[in-house]
Parts: sequence; structure tokens; C-alpha cells
Amino acid sequence: MLRFILMRLGKAAIILIAILTLNFFLIHAAPGDPAAVMAGEAGAADAKFIAQLREQFGLDKPLLTQLGIYLKGVLQFDLGFSYRQQMPVADLILDRLPATLLLTMTAFVISLLLGTLAGVLASARVGKWSDTAISTLALLFYATPLYWAALMAVLLFSVYFNWLPGFGYETVGANYTGFRRALDIGQHLILPATTLGLFFMAVYMRMTRASMLEVSQLDFVKTARAKGLKSSIIQRRHIFRNAMLPVVTLAGLQAGQLVGGAVLTETVFAWPGIGRLMFEALAQRDYNLLLGVFFVSAAMVLLFNLITDILYRFVDPRIRVA
Amino acid sequence: MADFWKRFARNRGAVIGLAILAVVILVALLAPLLFPQSPWRMVQRPFLPPFSMDQYPLGTDALGRDVISGLAYGAQVSLLVGLVSTVAALLIGIPIGALAGYFGGWVDDALMRFTEFFQTVPSFALAIVLVAIFQPSIESIIAAIAIVSWPPVARLVRGEVLSLRSREYVEAAILSGQSNLTIILRQVLPNTISPIIVLASLMVATAILLESSLSFLGLGDPNLMSWGYMIGAARTVIRQAWWLSFFPGVAILLTVLALNLIGEGLNDALNPRLARRGK
Repeated sequence: MLRFILMRLGKAAIILIAILTLNFFLIHAAPGDPAAVMAGEAGAADAKFIAQLREQFGLDKPLLTQLGIYLKGVLQFDLGFSYRQQMPVADLILDRLPATLLLTMTAFVISLLLGTLAGVLASARVGKWSDTAISTLALLFYATPLYWAALMAVLLFSVYFNWLPGFGYETVGANYTGFRRALDIGQHLILPATTLGLFFMAVYMRMTRASMLEVSQLDFVKTARAKGLKSSIIQRRHIFRNAMLPVVTLAGLQAGQLVGGAVLTETVFAWPGIGRLMFEALAQRDYNLLLGVFFVSAAMVLLFNLITDILYRFVDPRIRVA
Repeated sequence: MADFWKRFARNRGAVIGLAILAVVILVALLAPLLFPQSPWRMVQRPFLPPFSMDQYPLGTDALGRDVISGLAYGAQVSLLVGLVSTVAALLIGIPIGALAGYFGGWVDDALMRFTEFFQTVPSFALAIVLVAIFQPSIESIIAAIAIVSWPPVARLVRGEVLSLRSREYVEAAILSGQSNLTIILRQVLPNTISPIIVLASLMVATAILLESSLSFLGLGDPNLMSWGYMIGAARTVIRQAWWLSFFPGVAILLTVLALNLIGEGLNDALNPRLARRGK
């Protein structure tokens, strides 16, 4: 097990370095000479000053040396400087990271719980109207643009019904503390997290339904029935547990989608996370910040994949042997 | 072929999907005839609500532009980007998958690590970064979508080729002295076509969603009217003018839904043995 974890960690490290290298070349491909940009921000764009800046930041060195400097910097948590916001990129991201983690984790839990629940329900009532309703809903969610679902949710639940806040992280100026504050944030969380989880809720629904039906045809389930076990026990112990295996593999896939989707959800709901930060970086053409957020989201996905891989080996002992 | 249609038509959803898609294609093709004026042109007062004037049934936007005309021209962009970026993704994914599956060994290892890398990187975030850095245009959008969507193709083709590789007829072709390229192109790839077609139809749907999301964030081609752009522009006025974001969203939803339904129908028709599994 330890060997496996170490191997996976090594692989993750290689991918991380590859992402950083890609990032580095993308920064270079970005429009505008960084030294000229810096000089412009400093309000002194004469040639001598630019050359000086170039030397100071190593921009006159060969590309590979610059790559080395860049990689070393990232290892020391230096993701560059955002000239628009006048702050180090790493600080900006760390400041916003908790909100995004809260949002994506909640979306993950909501989509997994509701998705598998609906899938099990549908599989237990194959061909009946409730199955049709759930399957149709899954088909619709699967085709709905995430940001549009978010906008429509705002329109319906916060503008029309006025049930839930459709904007921000907490009530501005309310100065709640303790439990009251948590409740307030929770209310603000419902719409963004649900809409962010919508697509994968549909994926889990369809996957669980198909998987439950497939497993229920297998011989060991017939044996369990022949033994005279109660059907609710067979459903839970025999079918559900085995049907969940392919569903768990999807969780890793969802991580990437959640991080990307967060850009859209956070933009619509003005949620102060790194997705919203990415949108701001886009609007201001702040490439250092943009690529910093990109790197951190890729690292988040890697970490999440690592965790699901390890969990998967606990869930399915067959893999550990193989 | 008749068999194919019979199996396809047995899936009612697929037929509905095909009908919806036909309408979208027709609207896209006829857009210049139906709406000879540019969709960017101001035609009426701003924020004209829908169903209030016969000439502009879906109302006008914040700049007095005709919403229904925008929808028609947006269909062109969505279909074009969906189709071209899928073809481009196939052109990257099929060779990589075929080489990896056919040669195996270190070629397979290297190509699959490469593929894995692109699968790990969050695809939408990568697409955003690529389009932002290479400046938004229809070409950069298509390229970015192709770059983030080829890995599943490579994996699928690799798997198929791997299983065909050890078939007797392929061994016979090797013995008869055909070159590797001929064997891959003539003997192996034609047999992988059905699953590729099914996957491609679903990829067009995903590509349309991706394009609309990019445009929503302001990364669309500034010269082309697109559904995502319309929703993005309407985001800040959603409280005053619901219709500006509602209708383009319905257009995306229906188009993507249609393509997904068609994909399922194609799956039933092309892989009949697998189709009824789990149903």
C-alpha cells in the first residue's frame, strides 16, 4: 500500500512539473513583454529602465535558465506578482481558496448523494413513471449549460420567490458571528453548490441506475434471492455495494469538472473564490494571475485524484491484490 | 443501411433528437435569408419585452438588437465550432490512439502518459487559459476545444486497436508483407469506426457547451454573435430582462440534448449487442 502511494505521489509530481512547464511557456506566449508591462505600470517606460528590469528578473537569460528560475520560485510558493492587484499571486489565491474548497466540496457531496439516491430509486422502479421522470430529468441536467442553470436559479429562487440569496458569500453588513454566520453562509451556498453539482448529479443518476440494473442480473444476486433473503437486504448489501464501484471511479473525473465549473458558478453568484479570481484576471488580462489560478486548480485536481485512487483501493479489495 | 435506420428509429428519443437538430441546422443555414440585417444592428428600442411586437417576437437586448436574429446567427457559430473542433480532436486522438495500440511497448507508454497528462489537467480551465493567451477568435476557440477534448478518443481507439491487433486477419496481413501504415489504415481503423462515431456525436455536444461557456466569460470571437455571448451580456441585467438569458439558454439546452439523444440512438444502431445492456 505504501509503495502504491509513493508511486502515485511520484507520478503526481511529474505531472505537476509538466503542468508548470506548460504554464511557463504559456506565460511567454502571452501578449506583451513582461518587462515593458512592469515598466508601464511603474510609469517609466524608457529603454534603459526596461533593460534594467529585464536583467533584474532574469528575462535576458536563456529560456531554459528562466524555466529553472520559475520552477524554483514555485517550489518556494512564489507564483509571480499580479501587477493589476499589486499583490503576490500566491497571496491572492490563498485568500480565495477556502471559499472555492467549500463550494466545490459541497457541490460534490450534493451531486453524489442526490445522484445516487435518484439512480437507486429509478432502478427500483424500472419502467414506471418515477423512473421515466428521473431519467428525463437526468437527460435535461446533462445538457444544461452550467452558468445558465445558475442564472435561472437566481431568477427563480432569489428574484421571483425570494427564498434564497443569489449573490455573494454572506450577508454584507450583517456582521453575524458563530452559528448564525455559518447558517448565513450555508444559505448563500445552496444555489451555487446545487447548480455546480447539477451536471454530475445527472451523471451519477444514470451511472447508478445502469449499474444497479446490471449487477441485479448477476448470479450472486440470484443466489441471494434463492436463499430467501429479504429484497431490501439484497438491494442494500448485494447490489448497491457492487453497483457503486463504477460510480466511485467517476468521482475523480468530477474533480476536474468542479474546478472548471467553479469559474462559471462563482462568476454568476459573485462567490469570492479562485474561480471568480480567474474571471477577474481574464477581464483585466492579468496573465500571471490567470496562470497562477490555472496551476493551483490543476494541483487541486491532482490531489483529489490521488485521494480517490487511494480510497478506491479501500473500497474494492480486488484491486489491492491485482 | 436499412437495418441501421430501423435500429436507430426504434429509439424514440433519437428520432426526436434528429428532428430538433434538423431544425437547428436549417435555422443556421437560413439565418442570412431570414434575417438579412446584421444581428449586431440596433433595430428597436432597448429591452423590448418578448411577444410584444410581431416583428421582434423574442424582444430586443440592452442595445436594441433583435434577440431572435441573434439566436439564428448563434446557431451557425455553435454548429460550426462543435463540428470543426470535434473533427480536429479526432485528427489528434485517432493517430495517437492507433499508434499506441498498434505498436505497444514504449510507444504505447509514452503516448499514454502524454494522454494522461491532458486528462488530468482540468479541461475547461485549460481551454480558458489557451483562448485568453492566444486571443479570442473562432480559430483559437476551435483549437482550444480540440486540445482539451481529444484524450477520450485516443483512449478509445487504443483499446479497440489493441484488441484487433491480435486478430488472425491482422496477423495474416502482417505475414503478407503489408506495411504497418497500410495495415493500420486499411485493416484496423475501419473496424473501430462505429464507437468513434458514437463518441464523436457526444463530443459535438460537449464542444457546443464548451464554446458557449467560453463566450459567456467574454472569450468568444468578438466578431461573431453566439449564444454564450448573449447570455454573458445579459447576466448583469437579469433582474430587468429575463428573456435575454432565457432564450439563448433554451437554444443551447435543446441542441445539446438533441446531440446526446442522437448519440444514444447511434449507439443502439451501431453496437446492437451492447445497446440493451443495463436497460
